Formats: sequence, C-alpha cells, structure tokens
Amino acid sequence: MTTATVQLSKHDREKLAGGYGPAAKMAMSIILRMAEFHGAKELLDITQAHIDSSIYMGEAGLEFAERLAGLGAKVTVPTTLNVSSVDEHHWREWAVPPDWAKNAHRQMVAYEKMGCRPTWTCAPYQVNLIPKFGQQIAWGESNAIAFANSVIGARTERYPDLLDICAAIAGRVPAVGLHLIENRAGQVLMNLVDIPLALQQDDSFYPVLGHLMGQVARDRIPVISGLQAQPTEDQFKAMGAAGASSGTVALFHVVEKTPEAPTLEAAFQGGQPEETVPVTMETLRVARRELTTATGKKLDMVVLGSPHFSLTEFKQLAPLLVSKQVHPEVKFLVTSSRAMTLLAQKAGILESLKAFGGHITVDTCILASPMLPPEIKRLMTNSAKYAYYAPGLLNTQITFGSLTDCVQSAIKGRVVRDESLWEQQATMGKSDSSAQNPL
Amino acid sequence: MPKYLHGRPIIPGQASGKALVSNEPLSFWGGYDYQTGTIIDQRHPLAGQQAAGRILAVPFTRGSSTTTAVLLEAVKAGTAPAAIVTTAPDSFFALASIVADEMYAKPIPLVVLSSQDFALLQTGQALNMQEDGRIEVN
Repeated sequence: MTTATVQLSKHDREKLAGGYGPAAKMAMSIILRMAEFHGAKELLDITQAHIDSSIYMGEAGLEFAERLAGLGAKVTVPTTLNVSSVDEHHWREWAVPPDWAKNAHRQMVAYEKMGCRPTWTCAPYQVNLIPKFGQQIAWGESNAIAFANSVIGARTERYPDLLDICAAIAGRVPAVGLHLIENRAGQVLMNLVDIPLALQQDDSFYPVLGHLMGQVARDRIPVISGLQAQPTEDQFKAMGAAGASSGTVALFHVVEKTPEAPTLEAAFQGGQPEETVPVTMETLRVARRELTTATGKKLDMVVLGSPHFSLTEFKQLAPLLVSKQVHPEVKFLVTSSRAMTLLAQKAGILESLKAFGGHITVDTCILASPMLPPEIKRLMTNSAKYAYYAPGLLNTQITFGSLTDCVQSAIKGRVVRDESLWEQQATMGKSDSSAQNPL
Repeated sequence: MPKYLHGRPIIPGQASGKALVSNEPLSFWGGYDYQTGTIIDQRHPLAGQQAAGRILAVPFTRGSSTTTAVLLEAVKAGTAPAAIVTTAPDSFFALASIVADEMYAKPIPLVVLSSQDFALLQTGQALNMQEDGRIEVN
C-alpha cells in the first residue's frame, strides 16, 4: 500500500466520521481505501453514475446491496442501473429457478431503494441521462465504460461491481486514471490496411474489429486509424463491447471519428505510439473465426442484443422477419431494455417479432440470468460480447454472424453465413451489391 | 533450497498454497465458477483448473467489471484463491479484497511481482507468501 495521504474535503471527512450515516461512511471508507491503493492525491466530484452491481450472482452481492440499503444508503448523483438478473415479466417462459428470480428481485429492490433509476440496461448511453463530453462520471459495465469514454468523451475509470455504488453514494472518486486528461492519450496504433469500404460499412465489421482491438490493446489505449466509413452509434457500441470483452479496453480512439481524436496527433496527445499493429483482412479473418467456437451447422438458438438492442437495431431487424417464421427447432431471442422495447412496441416491431416466433427479454440478458434450458447447446449471435462469454458462462458453443446471417439461420434451422464480404481482397471498396445475401 | 521473490504487498497478508500460473489475464466473470473455484474460461490456458485455495498468478484482470463481485462471492463461498499475484497493481482484485475485508474481515492477500520475478513462477510450485510481500518458492 502506498503511504501517500489523500487530500480530503471537509465533507469527505464528515462522511468518513459517520456524520452522513453509516452507509455513507462505509461507501466513503471503500472509496478512500481505493484512493490510497491508486496513490491518488485527492478525490473529485462525479455528476453521474451507472451501477453494474445490480447483477445478482449470489449471496454475497445481495448481502452487500441489502446491507447498504438497510443502512439507509442514498445515491447523491443521478444514477442509472445496469442489467438485473431477472426479467420479471418473462422469466417463467425460461429455465430461471424461482429462488433465483426471488433473490434477483430482492437485489433490484435494494438498488431502487438507494434511489437509483430503474433503467436496467447495459446500454444506458442510448436510453437517458446520457453524459456529455468532458463530464466526470463513475460508470460500471465494461461496454458502457468504453462507449462513454470513447464515443462521448465523458470521463470514467473502469468502475467495477461494488465500487460503482460506493461512488454514487459518496459522490466522490479517486482522481486517477481516465478521469485525468493526461491519462487519455493513445498508446498503441492499429492501422487499417487495404480493408474494403463495403466491409467497413457492414455491421459485422465492428464486433470483429473490436475483438481484435481488445486482443492487441490488452490494457492499453488503442487508436484506430485508416477507417474511411463513419461508424454508427450501434457500430461503435458493438466495437466497444467486443474490445472490452477480449481485452480491458476502457477507452479507444478512432482518428477523425471519436471526439478526442480529431487527428492522429491529437489521439496520441502529441506523443508516439509504443507499438504499431497493421489491421489486415487476414488478421480480421482470424479474429472473426475466433468468435465462433461451434463446429457444424446445427443450431438451437439465435440471440441478439448484447449490448441491449436499440430502436435502430429493432428497425433493422423488422424487415428481415416479414412473412417469415423461425424454424420450429430454433429459439429466437432479442434482449433489450424496457425503454427501447416500449419504443419498439409503439413502432409495431414487437408484433413482427412475435409473428416470426421470436421472444423478447427485458432488463437482463442470457449472460446475467440463468434463462437457457440445458438442451440449448448451440447458439448464434451477431454480438462479439455474447460470442466471447457464452462458451464459458453458459457452456454452449457459439457461431458469430451478421444480423442477416442470424435471421436466415433461424429460418432455415441451421447455420448459414454469407462470406462474400470477408473473402474480398480488393482495396477499392466494392459496391454494396456485393454484400447481398446469396441464399 | 527454497528461493525468495520480493514482491510489493498491495493487500498484505500471509498465505500458502500451490501456485497456479498463467501469462494470460483473466476475467472472473465468465472465467471463474465461484461455486466450485474452477477456472471456466474455455479460451484461457488455465481452463478447467481448480484455483480455490491456491495462489493464483495472472498478470491482471481482463474484461468485465463484474470480476470483483464474482471474487466476493468466492470469498463468501470459501472457493477464492488463497492469494493472488500480479505483475502490476490490479484495482479489481484490490477492491474485491477490500470489500471482502469490510464485509467478512477476510481480505485476499495481493502481491505484485516484477515481470522478471513473475516469470519464475510455475504452476505446481509450493508458495509461501508473507505480509511484507516476500514469497518463498519451493
């Protein structure tokens, strides 16, 4: 442990002394011990928090939440909640044990009691309370952290479970890491070399690029250069989630595309990359192959929506489902937030999903809730995060494909993938017609 | 003859156990089954290994911010590693250890070794960790 002392404000000291109640004291004590761990000189104010501790996993996390709530804890900044571990409306349609549902519900209640907003989503940056450029925030959930830092330019460290709620209660965090501008410079340069524009414009490019980014960057800040296409919000979302799964990416820069990287020089704050790694079609193909662990064409389930599906993604999905039916032996699931699902319902898209034979899960996802019955062994997804975690967490095999691949596979009852975009060699960017599904 | 490695104690504590070592960072969420103390990330070189009661040596945590909560569950369930060795101070391990201290008075000892010393660790070695960060290797 460092011996440096952390400069505390009068309020900080009062909180530590118990003047704001026992919960604030416990939260402040944990924040201070972490500040000492980091060798922080001082604490700084946050103006927003996002809580990942809301995921129920077992007795200890529930005990922690209920102890804080029982001690009268209240968040002191606007605070959103990440996914819970139960979809209270739909869990009975799945294999969720009733005891689990009960405990997950208790954990939800504890966090709501502390004054957190019941957003229940891993994509809070698409729902409400969206932070602004330069804003100091304390966010949990790796994909949300990556998005907030990289795409919005808000400033958050990687707040792990248990610390995020302490920050929200204390309203203070150690002044370290990505909160400080000097720690936000790029470290490793990933330069796109001869990647066809048509591929860059395809949704399935971004989870693959993100997966590779996480592997290359590990715990460093990557800078992507040479990207010609302008990524959409959902493409950035998929990329960050992938990089925060295969690596520890909490901040990435894309030259000319993200707010702290108007130029290559700006992305590195005038410094030099410690490493330069070319991104070629070959390295991307390898990364894409790694996202698939399944062998063969058998398929039990298609799952979309990690991070949670947005309204835009629902709108992309809807036309693919028209007059089609999911194969009787395949389940088709979209995971999303209550807010986005409500918008999708208003747009008539939930009806289309239902007519197709698909399911919707809100507030949680297949990784956070034990939904899947044991006979589901072979999954398919367009999410690199699902692809990364499902094999270990759910003991399943998984195939990664585009949104269209996923829908086509669900209809046919076996894995089908359009490889045309990934087999291209040309640098000139073939026309979009080459991306059409040949099936 | 035992040899000694001199590490920096991040959360000081005594521990002894067989080493479980990898150069690959590990996410506990999706990587560690707290009910059994087994490493379950199928992409990780330590997949299938029992880590409960052993001294786990990984360079740092990777990926999900849920790692801390999984480690706290493991402490409560009695399936946590006896201690953890890393190549740099890891804030996720530190937090889990601090909260385990606050909740159960059971902090997980954490020691940082230089990369050179870390490279001397091998799975199966009998390790004895002292409060000052010294690790006896047998």
